[in-house]
Amino acid sequence: MTWKVIVKGKAKGKIMKTKDPINFLGAVDKKSGIIRDELHDRFQQSIKDTILVFPHGIGSSVGAYTIYSLKSNNSAPKAMICQKSDLTVASGCALANIPMITASKEQYDSLKDGQKINLDTDDSAIIFHE
Amino acid sequence: MVLIISRVVIVLLLSQERCTILYLKRNKLTMELTKDEELALKGEKGETLEMAYRILVATGEATNADRLVPIRWAHISGVNYNTIGDAGEEFLSDLSQHAKVQVKTTLNPMGYDIDNVSEYDIGEDFIEKQESIRRSYERIGVIPSFSCIPYEIYDLPEKGTQVSFAESNAAIYANSIAHLKTNKESAFSALASALTGKSPYSDLRKNDKPNLTIRMKLENPDELTFGLLGFFAGKIADDSVTISGTKELDKRSCKSLCGGMGTSGTCGKFVLNNEESGSEKVDFDDKEFQKTFDELNTTDTGDLITLGSPQLGLEEIADLAAMLKGKNFKKRCMVFCPRAVQEQARKLGYYNEVKRAGCEILCDCCTCLTPLIDKKNVDAVTTNSIKGAYYLKNSNGVGVNLKPIRKIIEEETK
Repeated sequence: MTWKVIVKGKAKGKIMKTKDPINFLGAVDKKSGIIRDELHDRFQQSIKDTILVFPHGIGSSVGAYTIYSLKSNNSAPKAMICQKSDLTVASGCALANIPMITASKEQYDSLKDGQKINLDTDDSAIIFHE
Repeated sequence: MVLIISRVVIVLLLSQERCTILYLKRNKLTMELTKDEELALKGEKGETLEMAYRILVATGEATNADRLVPIRWAHISGVNYNTIGDAGEEFLSDLSQHAKVQVKTTLNPMGYDIDNVSEYDIGEDFIEKQESIRRSYERIGVIPSFSCIPYEIYDLPEKGTQVSFAESNAAIYANSIAHLKTNKESAFSALASALTGKSPYSDLRKNDKPNLTIRMKLENPDELTFGLLGFFAGKIADDSVTISGTKELDKRSCKSLCGGMGTSGTCGKFVLNNEESGSEKVDFDDKEFQKTFDELNTTDTGDLITLGSPQLGLEEIADLAAMLKGKNFKKRCMVFCPRAVQEQARKLGYYNEVKRAGCEILCDCCTCLTPLIDKKNVDAVTTNSIKGAYYLKNSNGVGVNLKPIRKIIEEETK
């Protein structure tokens, strides 16, 4: 099983795992971190302070600014884990210093919503707290 | 418990909780940087370049790049104060104190047209912040083109040239129609490219064949159908996609396809090819058309009409002028185009014809993410733009009525 570090860092928090991909520009409120796309499976929930696990980012290239704004407004996730990485999420996390990794399908599937985890990209493990 | 002396176990004992550890093998970094690039990444060439290389390395890792390549043209998004907000405005203001672009760099639309902004309900604070953003970009040497269709207003470089386009419809157009090479860049990756003259040599810049074919099964498709096809394709395709069953596209349908595709996914290129290849196949038929349409169309009628997302080029303005001969819109119709196109349209008489028919013509901005349409005054918008529909619905929070241009002219004019 392999994973890939896109942006280095450490984070500890609770997983919020979304089924749908995320369009940061259209679907996430940059001040509160609340998902406002009514078709998204996490509509009206906040991504603030979560370990955000989602398939991948979609849509506008300006979504990178949303990620940076979320960080500036203290509403950003603590880390992001994607199945497929895209430039918008990667560059937004790079500028905002939010740790980001991509996981293989098997690994990604093993991450469960609500799990508390410790993530350290310098380490070789993700620790799940039960 | 397994006794392993490592940091992992120490964390475990300290937390005194029952834990499961998922051991993972990490891929080593795949990017190889030159000595100069390494130094810049370490911050030895200043903060701006450190930031730019940090972005390029992250995006390179994200897109399987093995190195950086020089680019000849960057097109930056993240201009509209409505989208980048205070954090973005402050970031650009700080950046502009010491940064300069290294290559030709053009710019996406902003929030309004300064020539007629007073006719719309835009607050002074918005204008002040938007002007600050404009000044910041000009200070770092960006050409203030305020257009999402750079491919229609500038001469295109020779086939195969590496560029770095952030605007998604422009990136898809560049790769699919203009024979240029670009990633589907983000606002920051294109900015990093502008500041360094480089971009990751990612999958999309190589000549990989698409692994998915979408078969167009609808007859006589108009631009709305192509926009919906794009939106559908963007959702299920990877980096690139083959589209079969369609002949050459006119400009309007092509831009609609690029705009729709750029909105829904990460796909950055399409190839029109009717030969059946070995890739996976998916049909775009009546059922998929209706499903995609129902996702974006929320109402049967709009209070006002918008045309231009992507902005209209000269060809489309000329065509619109011809369609509007002897007709007048029954309700407000906002038409968005680049300033360069408006100037040409004035000289050629199209501007007056479109204006006469009752259109408001706006430069430097776009339907997409416009602050000029507010749900306080508008319930629903009629448009032929899939990209516009997505953002009108999700960001502006208004209803959307989707219709092809032919139907808009037929039903909304007298």
